[in-house]
Amino acid sequence: MDITELTVHELQDKLKNKELTITEITKAYVDRINEKEKDVEAFITLTTDEAMKKADIIEKKINNREIDGDLAGIPIGIKDNMCTQGVKTTCASKMLENFVAPYNATVVEKINNENMISLGKTNMDEFAMGSSTETSYFKKTKNPWDLNRVPGGSSGGSAAAVAANMVPWALGSDTGGSIRQPAGCCGVVGLKPTYGLVSRFGLVAYASSLDQIGTFTKDVQDTAILLNVIAGHDENDSTSADIERKDYTKCLKNDVKGLKIAVPKEFFGEGINLEVKANLEKAIEKYKELGAIVEEVSLDIANYALAAYYIIACAEASSNLGRFDGIRYGYRSPKFNNLRDIYINSRSEGFGDEVKRRIILGTYVLSSGYYDAFYKKGQQVRTLVKNKFDEVFENYDIILTPTAPTTAFKIGEKSDNPLEMYLSDICTVSVNIAGLPGLSIPCGVDSNGMPVGMQLIGKRFDEGTILNAGYTYEQATKFRENYKPQFKN
Amino acid sequence: MSVEDYETVIGLEVHAELSTKTKIFCKCPTKFGASPNTQVCPICMAMPGTLPVLNEKVVEYAVKAGITTNCEIERDSKNDRKNYFYPDLPKAYQISQYDKPLCKHGYIEITVDDEKKKIGITRIHIEEDAGKLNHDDFGQGSLVDLNRAGVPLIEIVSEPDMRSSAEVDAYLKKLKAILEYIEVSDCKMQEGSFRADVNVSVRKKGDTEFGTRTEMKNMNSFRSIVRAIEYERARQVEVLENGGKIEQETLRWDDVSGRTFSMRDKEDAQDYRYFPDPDLVAIKLSEEYIQNIKNGLPELPESRKQRYLDDYKLTQKEADGLTSSKYLSNLFEEATKISNNPKAVCNWIMSDISRILNEREMEPSDIKFSGKDLAELIDLIEKGTISSSIAKKVLEKMFDDTKKPKEIIEENGWIQISDEGAIKEVVLKILEANPQSVSDYKAGKDRALGFLVGQAMKETKGKANPQMLNQMFKDELNK
Repeated sequence: MDITELTVHELQDKLKNKELTITEITKAYVDRINEKEKDVEAFITLTTDEAMKKADIIEKKINNREIDGDLAGIPIGIKDNMCTQGVKTTCASKMLENFVAPYNATVVEKINNENMISLGKTNMDEFAMGSSTETSYFKKTKNPWDLNRVPGGSSGGSAAAVAANMVPWALGSDTGGSIRQPAGCCGVVGLKPTYGLVSRFGLVAYASSLDQIGTFTKDVQDTAILLNVIAGHDENDSTSADIERKDYTKCLKNDVKGLKIAVPKEFFGEGINLEVKANLEKAIEKYKELGAIVEEVSLDIANYALAAYYIIACAEASSNLGRFDGIRYGYRSPKFNNLRDIYINSRSEGFGDEVKRRIILGTYVLSSGYYDAFYKKGQQVRTLVKNKFDEVFENYDIILTPTAPTTAFKIGEKSDNPLEMYLSDICTVSVNIAGLPGLSIPCGVDSNGMPVGMQLIGKRFDEGTILNAGYTYEQATKFRENYKPQFKN
Repeated sequence: MSVEDYETVIGLEVHAELSTKTKIFCKCPTKFGASPNTQVCPICMAMPGTLPVLNEKVVEYAVKAGITTNCEIERDSKNDRKNYFYPDLPKAYQISQYDKPLCKHGYIEITVDDEKKKIGITRIHIEEDAGKLNHDDFGQGSLVDLNRAGVPLIEIVSEPDMRSSAEVDAYLKKLKAILEYIEVSDCKMQEGSFRADVNVSVRKKGDTEFGTRTEMKNMNSFRSIVRAIEYERARQVEVLENGGKIEQETLRWDDVSGRTFSMRDKEDAQDYRYFPDPDLVAIKLSEEYIQNIKNGLPELPESRKQRYLDDYKLTQKEADGLTSSKYLSNLFEEATKISNNPKAVCNWIMSDISRILNEREMEPSDIKFSGKDLAELIDLIEKGTISSSIAKKVLEKMFDDTKKPKEIIEENGWIQISDEGAIKEVVLKILEANPQSVSDYKAGKDRALGFLVGQAMKETKGKANPQMLNQMFKDELNK
């Protein structure tokens, strides 16, 4: 038995039956990381030594009945933009190369409370700005299916680590597609919950009104388990929703009979790779077979949403990233004679090109005289996008689209063309703009053997319905049994 | 043309620190004077990933200030970010309010030279204070203290309705009194918890357009504000009379040289890129919430003043003076509960207590003794235990520590000598030592009596009962 092939719910069963111990599980993952990390480069900081120690302690505590819990001892990876007390949080930026937060993000507290074991902080695009994990200051993560390709982004490290079995699951963050798009690229399950379902406290902000923490897992059942842990109101986050707690595993009914699925034709048109389209069409047929009612609808928002996204996200980013000024923490340029120099040189040297591009764009759209034409208009478009989604949801339970217009592209292929890179998010950004939940699950591979992602979009706080739809499809198709990453060179 | 042909136009932006226990967006204490960076947490230090949560008390206090300055309260308000770089601003933006302030369209009524006037209030909004830079004491460079970062403020913006430094003085005193009465700010000017940006312009009398204004920021003394306005008015008139133009700029008032200096040029005009803070939610206030705050408001200075005029028959000036500070007014009320001599209580507060506060540069809120203590002091004079000149000394000591008047008198042996035998002894001794004065008096020079009494007071270190002393000398000399 290869332990690292197992899902978390399978690990839980084996722990319960005493077939496996916590230290065995942790050791298996540490060994797997030692074997694969040199090829995949999914982590910025590894905490494998601490993990082994922690596994030992937790195992003893469980044996002494000091603690219990279904998730005690389960390993996890954490995207490097979530604050972890005592362990570096770099956001993949030179600016925070040596930054150690004095506190834990709420989600980190929650996984600690479950006695889960973090194996490390995963690579990402710098400050979560990018769709390929290539803007990381430290390293380029490779796609486990083909090491010449990107894992998607910005949470590419988390996606690749799960796909390569280096962790059984991981946390990511999604501002415009940063969980779903890399999940699609790496053939794993990625969930961006409804805005406000998971606390953002301790997530280094990129675009506050769009950022949302979510999950990378091997299957949908694990998604439901991890969502149960991280969801819930947090008094430290004013935008966190105060709604009743749910057990998402209870939503997995393996039944979509009568489920009304809308397929917006605009998401299958120009710019969508034909192989991607063909795989999605097969998935649609599968849903029909399973008894769902699938209908084509019109949802002509993608282009507007992408424009609004880059305006709103960059505007917020330009303000959120102001605090990286070389004064209190983070990088300070050694070249300065006065305050102005500290600011200019520290930020010029500490931030990468993509981050600077977005700060400049965001500063511009908020400037006096341009605010109405850009930022205000962006917000108006946002309202329109929300309304369009709401109209569709009046008659349908979920919306089905591709996760991305293409499968994972080659490293370097788009890094010199920001606009083309931005189009990678065309299918996902509108979901963030509207604050909806979105699930990406693998639905096949293309002729290069690269996974294709299918996105299921739900109503606000109706994660249960998309999880059930994803689960039912997964049970019927068994993608994981048929396809595995090949680490192709 | 001369200064008299010009009219001065003044508008104020007052920043008042709210006296909430904790900061506006985190749970750190707001106490003044702690060691640098001891009242901070990841949130007010703007550590990456932290988020603000609005302190509800701040909204309540701002609404109280709005209601008591006759403002409309905005039912649907929000927080905005004001973006700029400065080392005392850890997030590189200040959370403030831009286009939807909590309160707007209010006014305060002032009285100057017996004339009443309404000064308009444009808006009151809530925001966070910045930290403090320590430039001295550390050799090269500056150090940042973030204790004050995140302390809640309200900014009260007036209309450009004031026409003289006297009106400004009256407006500020009234505003300060209101904020003290409703207990939303302690308004300690030396600690910077009540400070004003002063906008001044001049125009020819009869002009309908305003002149170009200059701004003096962060002024925290009434006296400086009045002086600065007078100076700036004269400077602007002089510039215009010489055919010059007023530059719209920020000035720094220098109290020592008594003049203003240009701070920065126009090129530095900032674009703050205001936008709604996405980390915070809209502030929605219900009618019930506002009504509850209204119902819970304490008595305001205007109403107290009327009471003092009616019940204690104080003069307009006395009643104004007492009610200009909640602390002085409270002292008066407490003392008059015990003392049946409100006039005397008022006199002590308005003359000696106010003088000592001035001399020591203290705020009324710094007074350690109670109204009961003051009443006791007055009672001791009336009973003849001490003379009023000793009472003044006792009062000085009451400012030093928490000792009661009686304790101070006993410790210093200041009890008045009213014993006839003892006084007679002194009188005889002085008469014997000053034969010249005795003969002067007998020759009709009444002034000699004063000299003799003075000598006797000196002999008894001021403790002899002056009335008895006077009478006894007269009796002896006329024998």
